[in-house]
Amino acid sequence: MANKIDDATIEYVGILAKLELSDEEKEESKKDLERMLDYVDELNELDTSGVEPMSHVFPVNNVFREDVVTNGDGSADTLKNAPESKDGGFVVPKTIV
Amino acid sequence: MSKEYETVIGLEVHVELATKTKIFCGCTTAFGGAPNTHTCPVCTGLPGSLPVLNKQVVEYAIAVGLATNCDITRYGKFDRKNYFYPDNPQNYQISQLYLPICTNGHVDIETEDGVKKSIGIHEIHMEEDAGKLVHDEWGDSSIVDFNRSGVPLIEIVSEPDMRSAAEVIAYLDKLRLTIQYLGASDCKLNEGSMRADVNISVREKGSDKFGTRTEMKNLNSFKAIEHAIKGETERQIDIIEAGGSVVQETRRWDDIKESSHAMRSKEDAKDYRYFPEPDLVPVVVSDEWIETIRSRQPEMRDEKIARYVSDYELPEYDAKILTSSRRMAGIFEAANELCKKPKKVSNWLMTETMRLMKETGTEADDLKFSPENLAKLIDMVDASEINGKVAKEVFEKIFAEDVDPAAYVKEHDLGAVNDDGALREVIKEVMEANPKAIEDYRGGKEKALGAIVGQTMKRMQGKANPGMINDILKELLG
Amino acid sequence: MSITELTALELGAKIKAGELSAVEAATEALAQIKKKEKDINAFVTVDEEGALKRAAEVQKRIDAGELKDSPIAGVPVGIKDNMCTEGLKTTCSSKILYNYIPTYTSTAVDKLEKAGAVMVGKTNMDEFAMGSTTETSHFGATKNPWNLNNVPGGSSGGSAAAVSAAEVPFALGSDTGGSIRQPCSYCGVTGIKPTYGTVSRYGLIAYGSSLDQIGPIAKNVSDCAAVLDIIAGKDQKDSTSMERELDFSAALVDDVKGLKIGIPKDYFGEGLNSEVSQKIMDAAKVLESKGAILEEFDLGLVKYAIPAYYVIACAEASSNLERFDGVKYGYRTEQYDGLHDMYKRTRSEGFGAEVKRRIMLGSFVLSSGYYDAYYLKALRVKALIKESFDKAFSKYDLILGPAAPTTAPEIGKSLSDPIQMYLGDIYTVSLNLAGLPGVSTPCGLDSKGLPVGLQLTADCFKEKNIIRAAYAYECTGEFQPSPVACV
Repeated sequence: MANKIDDATIEYVGILAKLELSDEEKEESKKDLERMLDYVDELNELDTSGVEPMSHVFPVNNVFREDVVTNGDGSADTLKNAPESKDGGFVVPKTIV
Repeated sequence: MSKEYETVIGLEVHVELATKTKIFCGCTTAFGGAPNTHTCPVCTGLPGSLPVLNKQVVEYAIAVGLATNCDITRYGKFDRKNYFYPDNPQNYQISQLYLPICTNGHVDIETEDGVKKSIGIHEIHMEEDAGKLVHDEWGDSSIVDFNRSGVPLIEIVSEPDMRSAAEVIAYLDKLRLTIQYLGASDCKLNEGSMRADVNISVREKGSDKFGTRTEMKNLNSFKAIEHAIKGETERQIDIIEAGGSVVQETRRWDDIKESSHAMRSKEDAKDYRYFPEPDLVPVVVSDEWIETIRSRQPEMRDEKIARYVSDYELPEYDAKILTSSRRMAGIFEAANELCKKPKKVSNWLMTETMRLMKETGTEADDLKFSPENLAKLIDMVDASEINGKVAKEVFEKIFAEDVDPAAYVKEHDLGAVNDDGALREVIKEVMEANPKAIEDYRGGKEKALGAIVGQTMKRMQGKANPGMINDILKELLG
Repeated sequence: MSITELTALELGAKIKAGELSAVEAATEALAQIKKKEKDINAFVTVDEEGALKRAAEVQKRIDAGELKDSPIAGVPVGIKDNMCTEGLKTTCSSKILYNYIPTYTSTAVDKLEKAGAVMVGKTNMDEFAMGSTTETSHFGATKNPWNLNNVPGGSSGGSAAAVSAAEVPFALGSDTGGSIRQPCSYCGVTGIKPTYGTVSRYGLIAYGSSLDQIGPIAKNVSDCAAVLDIIAGKDQKDSTSMERELDFSAALVDDVKGLKIGIPKDYFGEGLNSEVSQKIMDAAKVLESKGAILEEFDLGLVKYAIPAYYVIACAEASSNLERFDGVKYGYRTEQYDGLHDMYKRTRSEGFGAEVKRRIMLGSFVLSSGYYDAYYLKALRVKALIKESFDKAFSKYDLILGPAAPTTAPEIGKSLSDPIQMYLGDIYTVSLNLAGLPGVSTPCGLDSKGLPVGLQLTADCFKEKNIIRAAYAYECTGEFQPSPVACV
């Protein structure tokens, strides 16, 4: 079963992933996704009914921190690599919803 | 309008937990601070940093779940909620979707009009708060501050069980008090430590199907919630009456304009691509852990009200007011513990304290005075060390500055004059100076003595015992 | 014998004995790097000044009687450029982090430095560890020291090539789907991917968080075990790191008598180069001759590991790489119209083609309507794969096979057909899915003179089995780790 990825889907995934693809890249990406999904569809040959999805391999649970302040003023380090900063904060294009 | 409608309301309430540190790192949760001073690689999403869960967050969440009759999830996980926004440093929020810590609870509410109801709680989950965006009024940029990024939140999701603003407010009040009593949060709506998103839909009365709902955000006060519910109900009814259909969307309430607008954008796909957070391990809650937390739960408000009525014989109305904040109830109980005069303590809180709170605009949670000083004041009045009028004066000082009443009275020489001889001399002098009043009294005008008492009190600088003045006066008048 | 030909432990011993100073060792490494880099390009950043300064400090500690217990005090090391190093540029070989200078050091590197290793620079890699050739680096491809027309493998291609070219005696790599083992195989060096959770991931810039592990790359197994002893261990900063038995060097015994080795028949089918196949079987025979018990068996599910891996790794990567948005660090586009335009341009200009390809796939499989069909399905297949390994390890102490189906391909031949490239990971990815440890160690050259890598896999936490077997194999002297190009 060959997967078909349409323009709207590529557009939509681009919005989710915050990637802007050129027309050429979009066509490329469509083909890529279709081929990858066809490949991934091979997984459907396996009957996985009744199999619990495994996100963690090992049964390690309850790893906690105690509620104790360990960090001091981190502002200098936090801002050290900022492309643009002002008044101790990161500058971003204005966003008002 | 021919048809009758009913509003169906469900709430998503975010509560900032009162932990010392953030949910996944050792940064302080203290309010304020210059931008980004309470940050580290973890809460600013630096590459390579990893979250480690604060145990206290889990314990608070379980405590709230127990107090709201929830099932505690024995095997819980965190999930990532992916969306791009600058206040969210990783561009995903660590939250819980698939296995939240608490599910299937309820709280009982009573509205101001006495309507009683049970409101279902669908789930409570733990998550991290976002940072803050400060918009430059004049420029075209915003500044991001991550001090609040990673502050622990619980989100309490109700069932769509509410039908009016009054029920919503009663529900929020119930949650607020419950969580405050647990010490899990201070729950201040105006400071953002408690935030409510309101899901609203309307339907014809009697219908068992839900209408399309909208989600209202940015509600920072009970007043805003009330107005937003009213406004959104009307807006939706207008749409339906005009033959249209309500669009499922998120709307933002504007407190100044008293209206809402849709928060929509092409770039905002609302497809959060949740998946299990691989950097955190599952949270497994044992029976023992639940019992330990349960055994630490304090007495809750409803239990307190019942106890105040039965043990202290207070009217239920008074008991409700005294328990309307954890702080007030704490002052009541501690003061009573010291002076063993529940009715008098209650009286001071119900009258003078309430009056001063109103005058100064103080919330019960912000009361500063210590129960010790109130108890001491009550004992001093009872021992006639000060008279009632002076006591009120001294209490104002206790309320404002938490002064020690004994020291204050001594320092300002406000102690009641209980010396019979000195008082007798003053009364005699006042009587001599007011023959007219004496004459009137003897002529049958009981009230004429008021002037004598008043002037005596004035000459005693208000410190005399009024009962004693009366007694001596009557004796002298024979 | 030149200093650069020494193994890490040999060099460490000489420094400890005072025959050589840490500064001399660093100077020699830097000289070799200078000589080799124009051909190999194994490093993104060479920190000459910092390295000499650090070496002098380490020598001071040694002279003061410290570091007596460390076998690698004063030994130069190369660090893959996806591990944060305070004050030293860490790029993930991506334009989007071209100028990123971390403010903290990853736990693994910190442990090495505490043990007196001297970092000389950051090694090249496939961008964000996504690739099998080190050709997707923004800073140019790394070349294979055995033949400069060939790739070194990837994604830890810079680390493997640097060790192979004797630029450093050892290096750290990271392995998400084979990124330590496959380049070691191509470059004729030894590398270990430990059990998931053995080495802290704190400070490792994530690709697929549930699969990523840091591990050592060196000239032999002894060096790898010694380095693993230092970098492994529970870290409070990584919730997925584990308390476990360490002391890997204790397994360095030349004895495989009675060791039960399973050889999956389904590893030796279509796609495996016949010369590679032959070298692997030869290596198996060597172990058999030393007393190991060989048995062929059906592992099962082999071909499903790659699609399951790509779904899981890309899904996690799509989320892990969301933080690169031009706001807090790294590259930001110059011209933009509003916030979302800035995000999109920054990311589209900052990420390379392979990274974008994987982000697109990952975002798609997590998106509404596809999560169950793709992501959950892959997690279920992962559970089945783990089960089939559990079954195998109930019978065998270790599994033996090739690390890669071929020797190093020529530069420029792989990227055009991604699925073909992904198929090269067929023997490695399943270990990451199941959290298992694996070693790749050289077992001969093919007719083109390129090294073949032998992969040994053990059950979780059983690194000692693979270290023991790899060491016993190494002791036979079947393979001398000396690429023609590097002497």
